[in-house]
Amino acid sequence: MPWTKVYSNKAEFEKALSENKDLRGLAYKDALLEATSQLLEADETVFVIGEGIDDAGGVFGSTRGLHLKFGRERVMDSPLAENGITGVAIGAAVAGMRPILVHMRVDFIPLSLDQIINHAAKWRYMFGGKVSVPIVIRSMIGRGWGSAAQHSQSLQSLFTNIPGLKVVMPATPYDAKGLLRASVYDGNPVVFIEHRWLYEHMGHVPSEPYTVPIGKAIIRRKGSDATIVAVSYMVYEAMSAAEILKDEGIECEVIDLRTLKPLDAPLILGSVARTGRLVIADTGWKETGIGAEIIARVVEDGFGALKSAPERVNLPEAPTPASPALEKAYYPGKIEIAAAVRRAVKKG
Amino acid sequence: MKEDILKYGLPTLTRKTLIDMYAMMCRIRMFEERIVDLYPEQEMKCPVHLCIGQEAIATGVCLNLRKEDYVFSNHRGHGHALAKGSAMRPLMAEFYGKATGCSRGKGGSMHIIDVENGILGTSAIVAGGIPMGVGAALASSIRKEDRVTVIFFGDGAYDEGALYESFNFASLKKLPVVFFCENNFYATNSHQSARQSACRISDSASAFDSHGVCIDGNDAIEVYKAAQDSVNRARKGGGPSLIEAKTYRWKGHVGPDADYEKGCRPKEELIYWMERCPVKVMREFILSRNIVAENELKEIAASIAGEIDDAVKFAKDSEYPPLSDLLTDVYAPVKETL
Repeated sequence: MPWTKVYSNKAEFEKALSENKDLRGLAYKDALLEATSQLLEADETVFVIGEGIDDAGGVFGSTRGLHLKFGRERVMDSPLAENGITGVAIGAAVAGMRPILVHMRVDFIPLSLDQIINHAAKWRYMFGGKVSVPIVIRSMIGRGWGSAAQHSQSLQSLFTNIPGLKVVMPATPYDAKGLLRASVYDGNPVVFIEHRWLYEHMGHVPSEPYTVPIGKAIIRRKGSDATIVAVSYMVYEAMSAAEILKDEGIECEVIDLRTLKPLDAPLILGSVARTGRLVIADTGWKETGIGAEIIARVVEDGFGALKSAPERVNLPEAPTPASPALEKAYYPGKIEIAAAVRRAVKKG
Repeated sequence: MKEDILKYGLPTLTRKTLIDMYAMMCRIRMFEERIVDLYPEQEMKCPVHLCIGQEAIATGVCLNLRKEDYVFSNHRGHGHALAKGSAMRPLMAEFYGKATGCSRGKGGSMHIIDVENGILGTSAIVAGGIPMGVGAALASSIRKEDRVTVIFFGDGAYDEGALYESFNFASLKKLPVVFFCENNFYATNSHQSARQSACRISDSASAFDSHGVCIDGNDAIEVYKAAQDSVNRARKGGGPSLIEAKTYRWKGHVGPDADYEKGCRPKEELIYWMERCPVKVMREFILSRNIVAENELKEIAASIAGEIDDAVKFAKDSEYPPLSDLLTDVYAPVKETL
């Protein structure tokens, strides 16, 4: 499967490892597994529920074997009832548990939107803060291999529109572990979206438990000519694009957004104040997507800093096709990001 | 009386229980009737879904429950809250949108909460609260608590997939749940026969390897008995069961008026059910058996009326929430130390 190796930077990581023996290499999926295992170990209120989470695959390895260690009372398979089971997890959360619910593909989440939007997102507000909903909803997005329209979507923007929800999309193994722990202890419903092409991605992951704060983006590369705000897998494409553009004399600043809601607007505004140009690389569609929101914030609060109109790199406005020929044209990457930066630079 | 106890097979049905039963039904009836009286003032600015005519159900069920047992209700939930032990003041204040309301004025009549009495919040999406109730029972089960969850829903919720998903899961995990369907035959104005092929709700329990029973929802003692069976089964680890209780709401789907004038339902149907008034049935039962004297019932009513007066005054005198509340409680504060 291409997403397990093609875009892995294992070689790069191994090189780093040879230079720094203090690094601890772990794949993204294993970072999620380790975080979950440590949470289950330390906190009796944590439990994991989802379709097939205790099978041999174990959600692409991210829950593999947990049921053997913690029992099926705390690591439980669920019926194919996305809305009902989401409601069950929400009810358990309101009753004092900290469930990690897994919807193995984000495409299955629309079945459970009643429970997420009408219940989880509103339960605290609707009852004057007397209860809260500490639930994490893990879900996966991907790209390629002919998965077609119902197994390849990137639906994060459905959730960023809803007050009461938080949305995180970690890009590195380090953030996967730290953000999962932060999400479980956040005390609010957190939609936690993972990209399957990152699952084999290696990176430094400390063995002890730690958190990465929700709501904080991070600058992955410093630059002075343009800011690229990238989401999830697109962070790696943006880093590659920045390398290409360096040779052309364009220095890009790459921001890994990490959290889509609440948005780290100050970090983005600060970066655009330095570079004057903005490009957003998202895994999803363009219209009313996170890029639209980021541009709106920058225009509202940092209009004067912009030297040129912002650019967006997104999926074309169509469902995903299956044919490799069409698929190739469907998914943007470093080439499209580099082109968008060039346009932004050319305009002013 | 002895014959009645034998008939109902209920050694726990003491004189006190019977009087409590009648008193709670009066409490719910009088509370709802006061809303009917006050609603035209237009000070209570939220939709109200009244349960007049259905009082025997909440009463008969909740008399079997402990304070810590969970109850999940729906948009028509005033009676469930009162029967579970909620005080009138925070309920009435909530209906008036006041800061002293049970949900601090953010929920209204459809969103009642009373955590101390096991009500963790009430959904106004039909069947929306059912999976959450099963989830609360799952939490009890994981924590190995001796706690039962009762989920009230209407015949409208029987149309929804969430019910089946939840029932299957509760049965699969043998969770301590009682699914209680208050079948008043109407979802807004649509009759059950226009929405359901079989109209035998309780029969569906067998599909989930569970126990189902259909009862007269206007007979509080019959409700009490059926609920006792189901609650005991759940508490002993016997898993969920389904009770369907046939009843009728006297008022329209929403608001203080009867709806036959608008042509929603036939007047004869309402008259038929009013003759089977659950409060009247209970009153005649206890009076005819000399369980209670007429003057004692008057005292009960007077006491309830006083409590309602107090709740209404409290609600009207209370302040509205400050405008600064508009943006509070969207998110729980994040704890810094993990």
